[in-house]
Amino acid sequence: MSKTKERELLFSPKNIRLLTSPLGKENPITMQVLGICSALAVTVQIKPAVVMGISVIVVTAVGNLIISAMRNSIPNRIRIIVQLVVIATLVILVDQVLRAFSYEVSKQLSVFVGLIITNCILMGRFEAFAMANKPWPSFLDGIGNGLGYGIILVVVAVVRELFGSGSLMGYKIIPESFYNFGYSNNGLMIMPPLTLIIVASIIWFQRSRDKDLIEK
Amino acid sequence: MDRNNNIYIFIYSSVLVILVAIILTIANISLKPAQEKNIRIEKMSNVLAAIGIKSDATDAEKLFAKYITEEIVINSKGEVLGKFVAGKQVEGSGRAFDINIKVELKNQADSKSGKFPLFIGEKDGSKVYIVPVYGKGLWAAIWGNIAFKDDLNTVYGANFSHESETPGLGAEISQPKTEGKIVFSDQFVGKTIFDATGNFVSVSTVKGGVVNQTKIAAEHGVDAISGGTLTSNGVTNMLYDCLINYVEYIKKNK
Repeated sequence: MSKTKERELLFSPKNIRLLTSPLGKENPITMQVLGICSALAVTVQIKPAVVMGISVIVVTAVGNLIISAMRNSIPNRIRIIVQLVVIATLVILVDQVLRAFSYEVSKQLSVFVGLIITNCILMGRFEAFAMANKPWPSFLDGIGNGLGYGIILVVVAVVRELFGSGSLMGYKIIPESFYNFGYSNNGLMIMPPLTLIIVASIIWFQRSRDKDLIEK
Repeated sequence: MDRNNNIYIFIYSSVLVILVAIILTIANISLKPAQEKNIRIEKMSNVLAAIGIKSDATDAEKLFAKYITEEIVINSKGEVLGKFVAGKQVEGSGRAFDINIKVELKNQADSKSGKFPLFIGEKDGSKVYIVPVYGKGLWAAIWGNIAFKDDLNTVYGANFSHESETPGLGAEISQPKTEGKIVFSDQFVGKTIFDATGNFVSVSTVKGGVVNQTKIAAEHGVDAISGGTLTSNGVTNMLYDCLINYVEYIKKNK
């Protein structure tokens, strides 16, 4: 018993912070501006955005865990290569599983699952966190960052799908009578550049709420 | 141990990649059957969609077996190379379902040796003929299925898919059928691919409204997509290039 008291609790405040800070103050997309490329591409509809978010959570969490477990054995000179091998393996596994069990979504995500490999969030977390921390905090950090990424993706996707296609999760939300009065779906919403505007608006909102984030 | 020692690095990286290779091979082999099944099912529902039958992953195979009665393989001279009926090869060799049109179109262009698939089905008591088509859009491949009535001239239905056409513009070719709205593929219904004298003219996409055309008769044209001219041209070329290989067969079997 005394031994467990000395050790840090699994969900100590510090560990909880690892999980929650990427959702807000250290959000990978809005604060660190990483992973923008896929945010542009997979957010036309909510479903692919959710699947992409989950895929990234899995890859960051498991990747962080593996890298952290290996951190004392990785030769410093080839550490980036080792990190890439781990990421690539996990991404290929995710892609294969999606193809087998969620074919429709995997078709919509097409190359972007493969491009998780180039998602800067992964390399960033491996280098900045997993290489220097124990497996459990690294795992939490991975989940936190994946979630932070996924949440922004879903928020953007909600806006884009609602105004671009008039639906949410494929269900019609905007009633037919609106269309009869001359409302029409905004074609710009389904084009990638609009994501930048939405993401920028989120950043604007976040910074206006939290004065700490504003650079001097 | 010195972690920056060259021997250590060699051994470390070798072990790592071998491990990874083993993991990936196992994953690939164990998931392959499920992946291939998905691809087959998708192909089946695309063929069915051309004759207006909706199917999903659960019932596509059953519906395909129910509606598609015959699969035949032909060449551009109109000869039947293979016939596949109710799960059995009854004539020649080759099953229409397994043909890769992309490869066969290339064979046809190189050496006139292309083999082309034709699905024969039954809907509402009459025969329907379904021709899979494949071609180039603006950015990447486009493909689809076009179904003909039993006169092998009038289009019964069509559906198109694409790999990466521009969303909102060229990508509209694959807009799913919705009630009370005429989508791109709906326009093909009732068009004919032969003119009054029996010459092959295919169906083309035209700019500025089919009704205002003088060059092309209304029964051989559909409205192109505004802002999607290059994708629309791709559809026109795809239909022409694929259907022309069936002309001899159609003339023989009319």
